[in-house]
Order: sequence, then structure tokens, then C-alpha cells
Amino acid sequence: MSDGIENTGANVSLQRRAWAIRRNALRMGEVQGQGYIGQALGVADVLAVSFFHALRFRPQDPEWDGRDRFYLSIGHYAIALYAALIEAGVLPEDEIETYGMDDSRMPMSGMAAYTPGMEITGGSLGHGLGIAVGAGLGLKRKANPAFVYNMLSDGELGEGSTWEAVMSAVQWELDNLIAIVDFNNQQADGPTRAALATEPGTEAAKWEAFGWFAQEVDGNDLQALVRAFDAARAHPGPVPRVIICNTMMCKGVPFLETRDKTHFIRVEADEWAKALNHLDAEVPL
Amino acid sequence: MIPSMSRRKGKYTPRKAPDHKLATSAMIASLDAEGRSTIDAPFGHALTDLAKRREDIVGLSADLSKYTDLHVFANAHPDRFYQMGMAEALLMSAAAGLAREGFVPFATTYAVFASRRAYDFICMAIAEESLPVKICCALPGLTTGYGPSHQATEDLAIMRGMPNLTVIDPCDATEIAQATQAIADTPGPVYMRLLRGKVPDVLGEYGYRFELGKAKTIIDGSDVLFISTGFMTMRTLDAAAALARDNVSCGVLHVPTIKPLDTQTVLAEAQKGGRLVVTAENHSVTGGLGEAVAAALMRSGAFVPFRQIGLPDEFLDAGALPTLHDQYGLSVDSIVSRVKTWLED
Ligand SMILES: Cc1ncc(C[n+]2csc(CCOP(=O)(O)OP(=O)(O)O)c2C)c(N)n1
Ligand SMILES: [Mg+2]
Repeated sequence: MSDGIENTGANVSLQRRAWAIRRNALRMGEVQGQGYIGQALGVADVLAVSFFHALRFRPQDPEWDGRDRFYLSIGHYAIALYAALIEAGVLPEDEIETYGMDDSRMPMSGMAAYTPGMEITGGSLGHGLGIAVGAGLGLKRKANPAFVYNMLSDGELGEGSTWEAVMSAVQWELDNLIAIVDFNNQQADGPTRAALATEPGTEAAKWEAFGWFAQEVDGNDLQALVRAFDAARAHPGPVPRVIICNTMMCKGVPFLETRDKTHFIRVEADEWAKALNHLDAEVPL
Repeated sequence: MIPSMSRRKGKYTPRKAPDHKLATSAMIASLDAEGRSTIDAPFGHALTDLAKRREDIVGLSADLSKYTDLHVFANAHPDRFYQMGMAEALLMSAAAGLAREGFVPFATTYAVFASRRAYDFICMAIAEESLPVKICCALPGLTTGYGPSHQATEDLAIMRGMPNLTVIDPCDATEIAQATQAIADTPGPVYMRLLRGKVPDVLGEYGYRFELGKAKTIIDGSDVLFISTGFMTMRTLDAAAALARDNVSCGVLHVPTIKPLDTQTVLAEAQKGGRLVVTAENHSVTGGLGEAVAAALMRSGAFVPFRQIGLPDEFLDAGALPTLHDQYGLSVDSIVSRVKTWLED
């Protein structure tokens, strides 16, 4: 494992990485008393496999030209990416205390100008995949073998701009482009499946029909994710790749997992510590 | 002023000890409702009432009904609500289609997404044919600390550029309710800025009533004339009260309809009695109320001392809303201090 990572401690399990990402995110939520914690807990396993199995990067040099690009479309998922960047050593842990504060490098919505490792400015949803198409073209033009990953949400599948990029990536045979869809079946007004005509298990077929190498996996199953990322990178065809990750919001904190799902999940003031205590009671090796 | 280190990737140096309560760049921030009476979801309730009387009214949102108060309408009239998903271009095209079939669609999203992403769809599908689509948008100007993705600092400039479109920036809860009724009764397309959630209620005590296309004097004063729109009229009223304590007498002309501008009233008031004219808006200094007023004055040959309060022509920082309002000059304190300086000039 961690074949691609430069300068990062080896021999740390992915379970432990995912645990640390969840823990960092909860600590940030505690600082503000709010945050998109349901999303962060849900996507922690996908980020663990992305950063600690799949991506090549240098923690001390986040703009190293040989790195795999990781584009986060979903600005409101910043709390999750900060948590991963801290675990990866790109951001120092003590900045957790500044999360969302005036002048912090970690504002609530992810923006490229603020944070090392935050490659693009998200927040206005539906931009990431198009930018990734351009980056994929640019990398090929430079004969740079890096991959460009774009993490997008199921809500972003509603934007026409996403599908413009889907078709273009096939046209340009972008085999260096890997889209990661966090399908948590949640949007601002309610469940994604109530807004987009999509049934469970049918999403991959749609991408395949457009010409992508598509896989749909349980996004909270680390082994399944490792296999999917390996297959996405190794796929021989001249086509872009997508991993649709079915995730559960709030995964890993049982009393939040069972809470009514909303876009912005309320956490009471005393529940942050309760959630952290739950994590600390069982630290993976 | 806050030293602007924030938009840098350099080493983090804390400005001060973190204050958990005040400082947050969260998306949903309330306008200084402290000590003021508020009304809950004025747009949602007004539209719900209106729809009881008017069968032709329908509502659409692009995955933001809860965040634009349209959910109140959606809950009351579920068969007349269309959830279009997070697809703003479609939102506008579909609203145009419903309007063509004789309905009066109210379409909601955030101001940034209507003005930036959906502009061409509004322009060609709706405005060019003068269809009666009412576009009502939350998070106008600087009403969130979330950063440029959600700060619609140039929406008025964008929308003013569109022929046929009426552009409205209401001040408070009662005005939002009255304007909702008024825009349903007017034939063409409308862009209206919304305040949502608990919205302060201030103009009622001045006996004010919204009329489409009309600017109205809220208070009279002899030294300064504020010409303000949107929630900045709350701020200019507060600034006028503060300045009165220093014997500076300020009038406030409230201009909720930015386009078409009530040029007649604006010109008459601006030329009355040698007052310093100060425009104030929750918007970039480029292309909003201030420049509209300046152009009206220049075109009519009226030369009056003129100053502008508005947001700088920049992408703004993320941060706590009160911090940002101070930093960018929308707070009462910063209005007061600048007016004093200008009067000394
Ligand atoms: C273009 C655009 N339209 C609307 C929004 C407002 N918005 C923010 S998050 C969100 C929900 C999008 O779905 P998803 O990312 O799947 O949400 P989550 O899973 O986090 O609930 C919406 C509509 C936005 N940020 N950008
Ligand atoms: Mg989602």
C-alpha cells in the first residue's frame, strides 16, 4: 500500500487513516459548533483511499508538478478535505483551532487561494469536472503522466455542465481523468433520488453508456475502494474513469448515523465530545 | 480594517485569539436582527397567501426551496411546486415554458446562481419575450461569509443590463411581502432579491408602503441625503440616527426598484437644498444603484456633491458577516465615520 506517496509515514493502515480523518473533521466541527460533518464522516473512507493508497503527492510541496491533481468540486466538503490534508501532513494539525474563523486558511467553503492542497475553488457546484477535463488535456500536452481526480457529489449530477464534461472527456480520450462521485443520496432539499431519476445500482450504466469505464462501489468499504481505485488506474482503455461511491452520511458515529438525514445535520453542543469519545474508544491499529 | 493575509497560502499567523462565537464563515448568517422585531419567511408566506387567490401561480426551485423560503409555499401547495434539482439553467428554461402556457412561475435559487450561471437562459428564454417569470433569489450581495461562490456582489449590475427586466432589492420583511404581491400583478419578468429566514421588520413604523417603481422618502434631513436600497436602508436609518446625535441631519430616500429607476423622485430629492448625496447599496460600486443614480444626475445636468457606499470591485473574503460588513464598509459605524469625513472635506 501507499505505493505512490512520497515522504509520508508508511505502515499506517487505511482504517487508521479514515479514523483520523473522521477525528480531525469532528474536531473542526467542535471548534465552530457546526460544519458539514455528515458529509465528512460519510466520505472519510473514500478520502483515506484516495490520499493514502491512490494519489502521488509530496506533503511538503503541494504544488509539485508531478503530483496527481485532486480537484474538490464540492466546496462545502472542505471540512473533509482539510481533515485529510492534515492527516497527510499538508496542513499542520494545530490549525484545526482556526477552522472557519476570520483569516483562517481553512474557511468553511474550499477555495484555492486560501489553502495549500485545495487545488480549485469549489462552492459553485458543477465546475470541477470541466476544469478536470482541461487539466487532463494540459497534462497530456506536457507529457506529464499524473492523474487528475475530481471528487464531485450526486447533487452535481443535476448540473448540465457536468454532462458537457462527461461527453468531452470521452471525446478527448482522457484516460488520465478519474471522477469520484460521492453518492450519499442527499441534496439541499432532500434525497437525490427524489430529484434525479436514478435508481440504486443504475448510475454506473449511465456513465458506461456515455463511454466511461465505470464502477459502482460501497464507499464505506475500504477494500472495495482499494480494488476500485486500482482498477481505475490500471484500466487499459483510452477512456476516462469514474468510481461511484455509495456512502452513508455520518458513517462511523452510530448516534449520528441514525439521525434524520438532512443536507446540514444538526449536532448539539455536547455531541461533538460524545462523538470524539466514541472514536477514541476504539482506535484502529 | 483587517490585515488581508487571509487569501494567501503563506504561513498562518493568527490575528487574535479565536473567538468561537463571532467568527464564522458559515453560509447562513443573519442580518443584525438583535433587538429588532423579525418576521419568519416573509416571501414564503406571502406567496402562499397569494396562491390561494391566484390559480396561475406556480413555484420552482433548483434544490434551494428550503433556503429561499419557497418550502413554505411547497408545503401549502405541493401540487403547484416543481423541484427542478440543482440545475439553474433548466430552472429558468422550464419557468419560461410554464409562463408560455399561461402560468406565473416564481423561480428561486441563490442570487449568484441566477445571475451568473443562468444569465443567458433568463435573457433569451424569459426576458426577450417579456414572459412573466418572477426570479426571487436569496443571499444577495454580501449576506453570507462563505466567500465569492455565494456572495452575489454584482447581481444588480448583471441584471440591470438585461432589457425588459424589472430589478428589485427590498429592505425588510414587510416590504418583501408587499413586493411579492406587486410583482405577481405586474406583467413582465422580475428579478427580486430576498432576505430569508427571520427577516427584520423596520419600515412599518415609518408608515411606508412598497409601490413598484417608486422611490420614497423615509425620513427627511437637511445636511445629507442617503439614497439607499435593500437592507442598506436599515443601515442608513441607523446611521442617520447616530449622526443626528452629532447634529448632522440626514434624510433617507429608499429606492427598492433599481430598474426602472424612479428618476423623477431621485432627481427632485437630490437637488433639494444643497445636501451631500450619498448612495448606499449592498452591492459592488460597479453597476448598481450608485452608478444608476450618478448617471441620472449627469444626464439631467444636475451637479450635486455625490459619494457612494458599496462593496469594492473585488472578490471578497470569507469570514464572519459582521467582520466583513465592517471591513467592506456596510456597517453603521463605517457609514457614520465616512459621512463625517466627507462633510469635513
Ligand atoms: C451551482 C450551485 N447551485 C446551488 C448551490 C447550493 N447548494 C449547495 S450544496 C447543495 C446541494 C448539492 O447536492 P450535494 O452536493 O449532493 O449535497 P450534500 O450531499 O452535501 O447534501 C446546493 C443545492 C450551489 N452551491 N451551487
Ligand atoms: Mg449529496
